Amino acid sequence: MIALWRSVTPRGRIVIALTLAALLALPLAADRYVLSVLTLIFYFAYVGQAWNLMMGYAGQLSLGHALYVGVGGYVAALMWLKLGIGPWLGVFAAVAVASAFGAVIGWLGFRFGVAGVYFALLTIAFAEFTRIGFDHLELTGGAAGLFLPFEEKRMAEWWNLRGGQLLFYYLALALASGAVVLVALMARSRLGYRWRAVREDEVAARALGIDAFAVKMAAVIISSAMTAVGGVFYAFYYNNLFPSQVFEISRSIELILAPIVGGLGTVFGPVIGAFVLTPLGEALSAATTRLGIDAPGVKAVFYGVILIVIISALPNGVWPRLAALFGLKGRPP
Amino acid sequence: MTALLAAANLSKRFAGLVAVDQVSFAVAASEIFAVIGPNGAGKTTLFAMIAGALAPDDGTVTFAGARIDGLTPDAVCRRGIARTFQIVRPFPALSVEDNVVIGALLRRADMPSARAHARAVLEMLDLADKRGAIASSLTLPDRKRLEVARALATDPKLLLLDEVMAGLRPTETDRMVAILKRLNRDTGMTILLIEHVMRAVMALASRVLVLHHGATIAQGAPEAVVREPAVIASYLGVEAAS
Repeated sequence: MIALWRSVTPRGRIVIALTLAALLALPLAADRYVLSVLTLIFYFAYVGQAWNLMMGYAGQLSLGHALYVGVGGYVAALMWLKLGIGPWLGVFAAVAVASAFGAVIGWLGFRFGVAGVYFALLTIAFAEFTRIGFDHLELTGGAAGLFLPFEEKRMAEWWNLRGGQLLFYYLALALASGAVVLVALMARSRLGYRWRAVREDEVAARALGIDAFAVKMAAVIISSAMTAVGGVFYAFYYNNLFPSQVFEISRSIELILAPIVGGLGTVFGPVIGAFVLTPLGEALSAATTRLGIDAPGVKAVFYGVILIVIISALPNGVWPRLAALFGLKGRPP
Repeated sequence: MTALLAAANLSKRFAGLVAVDQVSFAVAASEIFAVIGPNGAGKTTLFAMIAGALAPDDGTVTFAGARIDGLTPDAVCRRGIARTFQIVRPFPALSVEDNVVIGALLRRADMPSARAHARAVLEMLDLADKRGAIASSLTLPDRKRLEVARALATDPKLLLLDEVMAGLRPTETDRMVAILKRLNRDTGMTILLIEHVMRAVMALASRVLVLHHGATIAQGAPEAVVREPAVIASYLGVEAAS
């Protein structure tokens, strides 16, 4: 941790400290709407970071990460609703179940040599199976959805994630910051180097004694576990879960945009990407509503255009360019 | 002489074609052993069976007293055999140093000692001044040496070199030969090389195995082997005529 801080340039340290201080103090000045947009930014930075670990570092493309969000959210919500177990304990069950899903998908893919886009198809298939399964699962209310009751008298129970915008703002900020530190530490570890070796050239990695299967399994399990924590947040923040919404492939796509735009395989890429994309998306929604245009697909089209522009202008993402421009690039991990 | 590596009756067939046919040889510890032969002689197949990339149809490979045939490439490396690739395979987006650090991490758990070891290996391979460069920006001779550096960083008992001189100019070949000689002399590293460049083979190898159509046609000291009529007819003569 100390070594990590030392690897940041002096200017980078100032930027990090000021940004964190500003974000911590912001609720004093900002209104609920601004806080809700920032909460969403932190959420996408967090789940984007989880996905980035698997794709950006280990080079394994998942297009079904909504599966882990959904499973994590459903498990924690069910434990709260049916057993009265709060999310601080429920999150462990959520992580266990979601990473078991991740392990099964990873095992099938990596054991049988399903790689690249075919692996991505496998992840989509699993997310879709699960969506259809939950549509018919009575325990979770099927397609009609699962609702967390909004009880006035329990709204002060912050330890059970019952509370207002402020609680979720700080929680999301903690998740996003924690994920940055966690991924930065892992990237500099032995495992992080092995992930990059497998990403760059699996045959060469194996020739250097790296058990590629084990290394990729570690990536998918850690990534799914992290994503499930995001799912628990999602469930308790929105208080409702519909299979058609949480497991939808568009949710998986939405979740990967921030790291792609920000910069794959970089620690700050997902954060920067979320700060770029989420406000733009929100502004667009607000604009179309105000203009009275009913165009449900406009956000997707907009994201598509942004993606094309960014990928053609900055193929490595926004963050590497920003870092170079402002002298924020630390020593390579 | 105890053999560090021994191949016994190794064979591999591909859809009716016998690529390697009952090949046996032994490499002693601290020896430089070369496998030569014309294109299609089965050298690369033989190499792949030792490195774990291919499982033999018949025969055994014994390394340091234990069977290793049929093991996966990563398991073979963990046993102490490191290889290079004929078509070099650096980790392109990583720095030269990080490429070697990944090799060094095999037997070193902590980053500082892996990095220190990587730097020492880069020094030995004349790559110390390029350690910060991105691997994809290197020239071919540098990439070839990076390939050797990365393999060496895993602290192997046996180094397998697959045509590490191919594509190098004579001065670069001499540089590589000098590095390998020094490595063998200073650390006693055992080296098995597959090679086309005869000047390198003659300069390095203490013993040579000549393959033709998958079978052994000669084996022995390089000076003796190159005078054998079968070798001249099948390999050296062909080279001289072309």
